[in-house]
Amino acid sequence: MQPFNIYLSGVGGQGIGLLCEILLRAADYAGYTAKAVDTHGLAQRGGTVVSHIRLGAEVPTPLISERQADLVIGLERHEALRSVQSMLHDSGTLVYYDTVLQPLGVRLGVEAETSTADLERACGLRGITVHRVEPTELADPRMQNIVLLARIDRLQLVPGVATEHIQQAMDDLLTGSMLAANKTLFQSAR
Amino acid sequence: MKNMGEMLLTPTPFSEIVMGNTALVRAMIEAGTQVVTSYPGSPTPEIATAIQSIPLDERPFYFEFSTNEKVAAEVAFGASINGHLATVFFKSVGLNVAADAFIQFSLLHCIGGLVIVLGDDPGANSSQNEQDNRHYARMSYTPILEPANPTEVYDYYKEAAHLARSLGKAVMLRLTTHVCHAKERVAFAGWQSAAPIDRSPRFDPANGPYIPLVAKVYPRKREALAALEKVEQWIDERGLHRIVGNGSERGLITSGMVHLSALEVLTDAPGRPDILKLAMPYPLPKRAIAAFLASHLEVKILEELDDTLETEIKALAYDQGLTTRIVGKQELEDWVGEYTPDKVRDILHRTWPDLVPARTAIDPATLVPVPLRPAQMCPGCGHRSAFHAIKQALPKEGAITVADIGCHTLGFQEPYLLGEVLLCMGASTGIASGLALFNDTRPVVAFLGDSTFFHAGLPGIINALFNQHNLVLVVMENGTTAMTGHQDHAASGRNVNGPADAIPIRRVLEGLGVQHIFETDTYRQKELTEIMRQALALKAFSVVIARHPCMLLFTRNQRKKSGYVARHVRIDQEACARIHACVEAFACPSFARAADGSVTVNRELCIGDGSCLQTCPAGAITR
Repeated sequence: MQPFNIYLSGVGGQGIGLLCEILLRAADYAGYTAKAVDTHGLAQRGGTVVSHIRLGAEVPTPLISERQADLVIGLERHEALRSVQSMLHDSGTLVYYDTVLQPLGVRLGVEAETSTADLERACGLRGITVHRVEPTELADPRMQNIVLLARIDRLQLVPGVATEHIQQAMDDLLTGSMLAANKTLFQSAR
Repeated sequence: MKNMGEMLLTPTPFSEIVMGNTALVRAMIEAGTQVVTSYPGSPTPEIATAIQSIPLDERPFYFEFSTNEKVAAEVAFGASINGHLATVFFKSVGLNVAADAFIQFSLLHCIGGLVIVLGDDPGANSSQNEQDNRHYARMSYTPILEPANPTEVYDYYKEAAHLARSLGKAVMLRLTTHVCHAKERVAFAGWQSAAPIDRSPRFDPANGPYIPLVAKVYPRKREALAALEKVEQWIDERGLHRIVGNGSERGLITSGMVHLSALEVLTDAPGRPDILKLAMPYPLPKRAIAAFLASHLEVKILEELDDTLETEIKALAYDQGLTTRIVGKQELEDWVGEYTPDKVRDILHRTWPDLVPARTAIDPATLVPVPLRPAQMCPGCGHRSAFHAIKQALPKEGAITVADIGCHTLGFQEPYLLGEVLLCMGASTGIASGLALFNDTRPVVAFLGDSTFFHAGLPGIINALFNQHNLVLVVMENGTTAMTGHQDHAASGRNVNGPADAIPIRRVLEGLGVQHIFETDTYRQKELTEIMRQALALKAFSVVIARHPCMLLFTRNQRKKSGYVARHVRIDQEACARIHACVEAFACPSFARAADGSVTVNRELCIGDGSCLQTCPAGAITR
């Protein structure tokens, strides 16, 4: 069986770690042999953060090769575009939360912000399916990862991983009010 | 895994999805480790996170964050010569700090066993270099094991602990960034805490000699070298080296995570070469390697960073008269960067183009430019206010500013450009002292974090006093070791195990006899600017304590409180004069700049600290 490769990207502080952990565990519940790795770097400091998840018994390394991802999950528009171009294979799938955290160059006025149109153009050139998640007002913006997770679930973007697997994973990883808040949001955003 | 602490203490065999750093802690527990020490540094802090998930009264071993890596290594050594199995862990460059102590370990009888766990960083993801610490193994005659994934981290720690204890030696376990952070399901053995552990102090000079001086040096060195032969035999017996495949004329010798990259690249290769995967890059298993060489016509040595395997294997082949064609590093780039599957594909394609196809080139016509995203100081960070205020006090041109390790290193970037040279932990005062020599014209300013102050900053400060250097040292005090995940330090009033008397930085400086000490909260930007002017005018060694708690930690703690309400600043669009000081000079990431030049506040990021209010000449930022 061909492995299924998921590449996640975002900005430090957006909750990519939890999203990766939930998907990894959900895939495990779904019966996959799963491997993952986070690249932290200076993650907490507003830099780019990425995670790799690879599903399949024959997968030796958790690191996905250039343009070998089947699915890119972007928590932010610039990072979504960056990851599509470096990691997603032609005709792959992008799902992203369309929020913008401006990189330094944009705020300094020396670079242009990536627009939704830029991203769609880059995807269009390579036959990539794009699922854009419209930002909504959330009580806590750090729960954007759960809105994205709900969309991934609704669209069944990870073959074989069902809602119950994701819920089991959330039950494993979260407790108390955090679990309740995240599960409620997950349900309502589906 | 609801509760990591409970999971780590599970008595029955089980399996769980864990990262390498967590798997290591379970191995420590099963191996009966008694003392664990560290100084925080990426990629290893999650080892401490896992340890701390076990309540103090249930933790099967003693753990501390020591003041620096050298002290951590010394504490572990002390415990080991008292009969306790001890482990010290730290990041790659931490071994440079610990080296003076570490280099002696193999000469001394560590009766309890001692394991040094390294978090090496090929790719320099979070380090100032990508040094290859296998060199230290050879230099110090210390065996070194190199796991490839979390399962091997768990297995190899137990092997290392067994070896260290049975030989009464130090053994290194070299992890790399993506081994520390890789996650997979690991099957763990059972563990019974019931067995009583002998904690009685067993130090006895008769176990030594422990004074490696004069006539004792040669015998100790001979003993250390002789022990390596035993280790070589042990590793053969344990069967930790693996050969994958059979019968190809081509062979590949590799180790650690590079092995996984090689498997990835060679998965579909027709006539795949045989692979000898080494568990221990030093001392090398000469018999296994010689046999592998002898049974292949051509052997590629695929090793990340430096050529320690290649050098030794080529020498071995020469000594044994083997004529196998050995292919090592071929280009300068082979020495640089992490051996990801992509990099290994490039290298193996160059070696065996018939076997491994080249990477498909990316068509540049399909690429849309994306702005880079350098790491930033967080919204509300006190360092930002400090840099903004200090910049006002410096002459437009000519000042020389010296960085140190910590979040404040990021001051080197646009738009602050403060901290123009960086070496290592605690080096800023010493470098600045040198820059101040023969220099009456250009003011010299050094920055230093508070954890780093205790780690390695003090000797430079004492030297500046002792030898009367003229510079301004700015201590960027945020009350924590922020960069590595908010570990307490000597001035925090807590250690990893509970409350501890704080050692206030100001009192240390006063005790040393620093004549000129200034202090303010960095949010008082005008006052900080004024203080810096005064300090610069002194033409003497002076210290400015620029204090503000880490706002990432502060905000995280606030969020946990009931009744927490998120706060944000806003911009009065009528008052905004498009001066852009907020985005171009103060540069808090919470501001967003539209193409038309208008500025808004990103409420996802803004924490409402208000440190920006004073930076707007038009007064357009309000709460």
